[in-house]
Amino acid sequence: MASIISVSHLSKQFGNIQAVNDLSFTVNEGDVYGFLGQNGAGKSTTIRMLLTLIAPTAGAINIFDKKLSTHRSEILSNIGAVIEKPDLYKYLNAYDNLSIFARMSGIKVTRQLLMNQLQMVGLADRAKDKVKTFSQGMKQRLGIAVALVHNPALIILDEPTNGLDPQGIADIRNLIMRLSKEMGKTVLISSHLLSEIEVIANRMIIIHKGKKIIEGNVAELLDPSHTVIDIDAVDNEAATEKLATSSWAAYLQPGKSLQLMMNKESVPQLINDLVAMNIQLLSVNSSHSLENYFLSLTTNNGHVEPFTN
Amino acid sequence: MWNLLQIELFKISKRPRTYIAFAAIFAIVAIFQFAFKADGQSYMDLVLQSVKDSFELDKSKAINGYFMCYIILNTLLIQVPILVALIAADSISGEANMGTLRLLISKPISRTQLILVKFAAATIFTIFLLLWMAITALFMSLLVFGADDMLIFRVKGEESQIMQITKDDIMWRYFAAFGYATVALTVIAALSLFLSIFAENSIGPIIATVCIVIVCTIISNISVPIIDRNVKPFLFTSYLVGWKGFFYIATNADGVPIKGSLENWPAIRKSLFILIGHIVVIVWASVAVFNRKDILS
Repeated sequence: MASIISVSHLSKQFGNIQAVNDLSFTVNEGDVYGFLGQNGAGKSTTIRMLLTLIAPTAGAINIFDKKLSTHRSEILSNIGAVIEKPDLYKYLNAYDNLSIFARMSGIKVTRQLLMNQLQMVGLADRAKDKVKTFSQGMKQRLGIAVALVHNPALIILDEPTNGLDPQGIADIRNLIMRLSKEMGKTVLISSHLLSEIEVIANRMIIIHKGKKIIEGNVAELLDPSHTVIDIDAVDNEAATEKLATSSWAAYLQPGKSLQLMMNKESVPQLINDLVAMNIQLLSVNSSHSLENYFLSLTTNNGHVEPFTN
Repeated sequence: MWNLLQIELFKISKRPRTYIAFAAIFAIVAIFQFAFKADGQSYMDLVLQSVKDSFELDKSKAINGYFMCYIILNTLLIQVPILVALIAADSISGEANMGTLRLLISKPISRTQLILVKFAAATIFTIFLLLWMAITALFMSLLVFGADDMLIFRVKGEESQIMQITKDDIMWRYFAAFGYATVALTVIAALSLFLSIFAENSIGPIIATVCIVIVCTIISNISVPIIDRNVKPFLFTSYLVGWKGFFYIATNADGVPIKGSLENWPAIRKSLFILIGHIVVIVWASVAVFNRKDILS
């Protein structure tokens, strides 16, 4: 499979702050590639470097097998992007905004093309309304129309669901899936929510403090055999003793009395056995080990252990 | 480039603030015209008091369209830089403020192209502003006050002078003066554009432009030999009012004005070259800085 984006040893330093640190990753053709990290992890800085908004301190970026630094215009003409907020000209209407950015992308603009694009994001009936009257969700959809109007092969979306209501989030997800499955686009989407990436991406990377933590296929990284079960019982001490002498002892996590790691399919059996052992349960929560690890990044004061399943 | 320039001009034309400058010019010109129509003779009496014994004048003809335009230009060309800065200082900072700058930069156009187009658009705005000034201050004044010979009051060294330009020798001087003023104000547009690269809203660059113009104008008006020799020649503000040179008419050995002549064309030409030099340097600096700038807005 051809690589669309190839980033190698990319770094960016702002004064004393190392925003991106020796980052390497590859996005293949047809991927929906999740770019995951907490706020301030370096996602937006990396995306800005991919779009030439920021110059790297070190490293190389190749897109469509061409060096970004020497083939900038050629590469950018085939990329559509929404960078953070979909900011557009508020004093212009949706049609004019779309027309301006379509013309800047170097394509032949027709009324039909623009209206089709607005139709695709559900804004055809608001074409002549000024953007300042739009809700956040409508602005986001118009931003995506702007990103797609020149039919790019690569779409880069930086936190596209930020500030959207649940319906807006679902609309954006569906749109990304359509872009990938029906139109064969390659999509790089950043987010600070693993649950969001899990739903739409086939490959992903997690970065923290500008460094790569892990990269791979979502299905493999979120393998259901690595489901973490947290149990809370009325008498946790007694529950721990009973579990330690049961057939579930092998699944207990070292150093964590009531936490087990197992295949997700075994969870109903575990609950049956806990009840059979007369353990009075307050709650049983399941999550993935990667999700737990990702959440821990925000709470361990910068000390990052390598991720291991 | 033409496509980008069309887009830029379209955006400027759609912004309400663009029309503030045109409205302000119209209001000031209208107030001047009204005041002179109502009580212009008092002004002329005051101005001509010192020369009334040495110069034969038909005061009723002294206030005419050409004279009015000259008076208005003297006043307005001090304020117009602010109006030019209003638009030019918004060129980059306004895009940064709206968040559209990152979208522009991620399009397949070079940063150099973007700066040059922004500069061209600001220059075209300046030309339109001066055309509007010509229409209101010159042609409207000619309609209201009529055409006649024009008197120019001038302080040269320690003596006051009054020069008379015949009405068939004036119009070309105005065209030349407006052309010169366009070049002078384009320096302001370039300066505002340069300053707007460093800001994320347009207030800062507008204020900075106005402050620079004020400070440099004050320095340009200080009469100290060391400043005259070493500072003034390099300040663009020393040349902003060079348009007046087109109304200083050469005289023959008998002191009679020579029709169609200029008293000091080489000085005007030199001023123009210096102003154009300022434009080239400032725009070059804008391109250089903008090409190295990280877009963090």
